[in-house]
Amino acid sequence: TPLAPPAEPDLESKMNWGSFYAVISGVNRHSTGIGRVWLSVIFIFRILVLVVAAESVWGDEKSGFTCNTQQPGCNSVCYDQFFPISHIRLWALQLILVSTPALLVAMHVAHRRHIDKKILKRAGRSSPKELEHIKNQKFQITGALWWTYMISIIFRIIFEVAFLYIFYLIYPDFKMVRLVKCDSYPCPNTVDCFVSRPTEKTIFTVFMLAVSGVCVLLNLAEVVYLVGRACQRCLRGSDEESKAAWISQRLSSYRQNEINQLIADHTLKSKFTVTKKSPTEKGERCSAF
Amino acid sequence: MSWPALYTQLVGANRHSTSLGKIWLSVLFIFRVMVLVVAAESVWGDEQSDFTCNTLQPGCENVCYDQFFPVSHIRLWCLQLVFVSTPTLLVAMYVAYRNHRDKRRLLQEEELETLKKRRLPIAGALWWTYACSLVFRLLFEGGFMYALYVVYDGFQMPRLVQCDQWPCPNLVDCFISRPTEKTIFTVFMATASSICMVLNMAELAYLVAKAVTSGWRGWNQ
Repeated sequence: TPLAPPAEPDLESKMNWGSFYAVISGVNRHSTGIGRVWLSVIFIFRILVLVVAAESVWGDEKSGFTCNTQQPGCNSVCYDQFFPISHIRLWALQLILVSTPALLVAMHVAHRRHIDKKILKRAGRSSPKELEHIKNQKFQITGALWWTYMISIIFRIIFEVAFLYIFYLIYPDFKMVRLVKCDSYPCPNTVDCFVSRPTEKTIFTVFMLAVSGVCVLLNLAEVVYLVGRACQRCLRGSDEESKAAWISQRLSSYRQNEINQLIADHTLKSKFTVTKKSPTEKGERCSAF
Repeated sequence: MSWPALYTQLVGANRHSTSLGKIWLSVLFIFRVMVLVVAAESVWGDEQSDFTCNTLQPGCENVCYDQFFPVSHIRLWCLQLVFVSTPTLLVAMYVAYRNHRDKRRLLQEEELETLKKRRLPIAGALWWTYACSLVFRLLFEGGFMYALYVVYDGFQMPRLVQCDQWPCPNLVDCFISRPTEKTIFTVFMATASSICMVLNMAELAYLVAKAVTSGWRGWNQ
């Protein structure tokens, strides 16, 4: 009936690690080899371990937190004082923030494809086969994409290190203590409070921090690899780069009205030969890596 | 991201395994992951809430539980399963690298499709990658089984433990919930683990035998 409210989308089932995984692994196609290894480490050794193991260790952290007093409210106040934010929540936030810079790369690739599609449409070559080819085209990590990729890796490193530092600030010792002494109101005096499963929590904290460190190392290795590759390309002058990729790279850096003008005035081929003769061409190419 | 997602990843990598490898994957997922998820987790579910000590002293139960159960069996098994599954992904990464390298040489559309669907023979560098992954699997299985044995002094769960950590006033009796059921499941998971180790060793022996019989020339493909 027209008056029936639209069915609520099932948000509960959509907002979980599974759908997050689907979104992030789409970026995988445009990563380097090290980037793919990093992504697997994130998903298997961090998210999977978090979901299947760590969450049950911290599951009863509040109900198992016992203080040696019968004063109502003392348990809650002391728990709140010593655990401002739970490890599990910190790790979940860390994983989300660390994975999202990869979406920068995905957005850049989508933007490039959009521009390429527009160029092809205006050049009159918009057959379904060509459009399919653009959708499946894998871009080389050069030029603006190289910069986007570098920026995303730098952000990843910054977020990882920032969270490690926040962890260190809130829980200065990576070891979880068995006993904390608490004297906030309404506890009558200094009360002993006992944390549940401290050893197991220490083990998992050390494990997650170790894997975090491994991820930072992988990201640094990727930065070094990309810079090395770019320098190599610069020195060689990259003659092997295919002409078609070069055209699409150059054209996608023009603004829209310039594209209209140049397709209206020249054919694509003559534009290519004109720019090849310009003296600044080689230097320009090098600076864009 | 949980067990089903890991399963999809591994099944994809399974295409390049031997038959023993495929049997190993089924044993892993049916007798270990499934049993863990549908049965074992509910047996250990109330391990801390039902751990009772013969004292009213607050905090004594927490401390005694922590002393006798530094890591729960369930967590050890989860970590063991995650670590044991990962070497297969080494093989998948190598195959992806080979496909990528060969893609550069072939340029026709139809050949690219067959490239993705082809099954590489286990020879040369792939043989070494596969053998390394088997060795790592064995190491992780053995390592985790040994860790479980050492932490819990064997595979049997006692009914009663005696504890005198501070703040317990003196030597207190503490009672573990469902010890017999836990022993049964520990023995079951240990048996499944050993079967997986035997399968891995058989697979390794089979690979070595295959390499030896097909002669040294098969290694340089």
